[in-house]
Amino acid sequence: MRLLLREPVWIVIVMIQPLLYLALFAPLLDPISKTRGFPPGDPWQVFVPGLLVQLGIFGSMFVGFGIIAEIRFGTVERMRVTPASRLGLLLGRVLRDALVLLLQATLLTLIAVAFGLRVPAIGALIVVLIVVLLGVALSSLSYAAGMWLKSEDALAPLLNMVSVPVLLLSGILLPMELAPRWLRFLAEINPFSHIVDGSRAAFRGDLGNTSLEVALACALGLAVMGVAIANRTFQRESA
Amino acid sequence: MIEARGLARTFKTRTGVVEAVAGVDFSVAAGEIVGLLGPNGAGKTTTQRMLATLLVPTAGEATVAGCDLRRDPVGVRRQLGYVSQSGGTNPAAKVDEELVTQAELYGVARREAATRARQLRDLLDLPELGDRLIKTLSGGQRRRLDIALGLVHRPKLIFLDEPSTGLDPQSRANLWSHIRAVRDRDRATILLTTHYLDEADALCDRILIIDHGKIVAHGAPAELKRRISGDLVTFDVADVARARGVLAAHREARDVTEVAGGLQVTVDRGETQALPLMRALDDAGAGVGALSIRHPTLDDVFLALTGRSLRDAPA
Repeated sequence: MRLLLREPVWIVIVMIQPLLYLALFAPLLDPISKTRGFPPGDPWQVFVPGLLVQLGIFGSMFVGFGIIAEIRFGTVERMRVTPASRLGLLLGRVLRDALVLLLQATLLTLIAVAFGLRVPAIGALIVVLIVVLLGVALSSLSYAAGMWLKSEDALAPLLNMVSVPVLLLSGILLPMELAPRWLRFLAEINPFSHIVDGSRAAFRGDLGNTSLEVALACALGLAVMGVAIANRTFQRESA
Repeated sequence: MIEARGLARTFKTRTGVVEAVAGVDFSVAAGEIVGLLGPNGAGKTTTQRMLATLLVPTAGEATVAGCDLRRDPVGVRRQLGYVSQSGGTNPAAKVDEELVTQAELYGVARREAATRARQLRDLLDLPELGDRLIKTLSGGQRRRLDIALGLVHRPKLIFLDEPSTGLDPQSRANLWSHIRAVRDRDRATILLTTHYLDEADALCDRILIIDHGKIVAHGAPAELKRRISGDLVTFDVADVARARGVLAAHREARDVTEVAGGLQVTVDRGETQALPLMRALDDAGAGVGALSIRHPTLDDVFLALTGRSLRDAPA
């Protein structure tokens, strides 16, 4: 059974963070793009895909707090005694989050175009798709973590512990080409750095680049893994 | 409607294994209102949660609404309306949103769900509140909404976990009449938990008294109360032996027992019979200091049935 939980509150606040990056960070792009190690392409084409991936990570990562609140209200239990399928209860929430993310990513791209970004439409579409897949992965994992920990006090440090290295090693903020060998190795095993590389290739219009295939594969893999893990958690918690 | 055999559940905690329900056997017939009565921590909620498929029993079997609890939990869920202790509404949602969503979770089409939401609001006296945010409802209204949510799929069997806890006396009486109305309308079977004797008395056809995870007594409320009929009168007396002698001569004073600083007796009507007894004690020079009259409570049922006082256990 498909469940689309309509939430009365549309969270646009998550949008503010990438918009602030766009407004306050982007002016620094021009001078810094001349430095050694800066990825190829127009600075906007480098910066905006990174922002989109960041939105995908941070926009979805914190939904687990929502499920903890729902556990506390008793909503989760109320739904668990219904015959609705456990996967439906999970996907209803995840797809709602993915839909919100889709709107946010589209909006952010359009605003960036207004700021001066030049991007091929097909490349932008692929990146938005990657971002939505990331959202599916991270919101699933976040729900699983929330169901598992059942406490905001435990979830917050866990998310911080995961998100900071993932962000720093993804090359969103500073290019990993500048990194020493050991650090670059860590970036290599971080799927998010491949996703950022692929997304940048797509924004350059370099659609044949293998890094794009790697990025899509990583995003899809993460999404499948996230849903699978969360599904197991939902089945188990719903004994 | 319910057939439970040796149903048990243990929990592992940091301090060891807690036996929440230590094997209960009971059955509930269709159309009955049955109350699980017991103190906090007795195992009432755990029993109900097992029967509602929320907890897997560590031992035992049960058939609920014709479905095997272990083999067909989805079948049980389909026919059961469960109203938990704390409800389960999102305070930021609107009344009808929750009702319609809940109905959809049971596979009811949206248009039909909206109709049912309206009917249930009428039935449970929440008429014009469909568009109200749940956080703005009063305690009694919210509890009635919780119950409405348990009824959207017209279940044959309804579980209510402490339906009136936290409500003022008027809202409780009002809620009881609504619960009766639900039973009469749908010919439903209701299993409720409570730690109030008056609630069990007001609603239930039959009561199962549960303590330490075991059923210690069962029967119709009147039957159980007959065992503890009468009011309890306590006299603080200086000379207990003399007072005992005086009370022994009065046939209306039954079950004379010694308590701290005095004697306790059972009489049919405390208000009219206590004063003559006190006068008799005073005349005999037993030195009566104080007098108190108490109507029977769950504690007294416990005392009468188990020989010990209601313990104060954590929930």
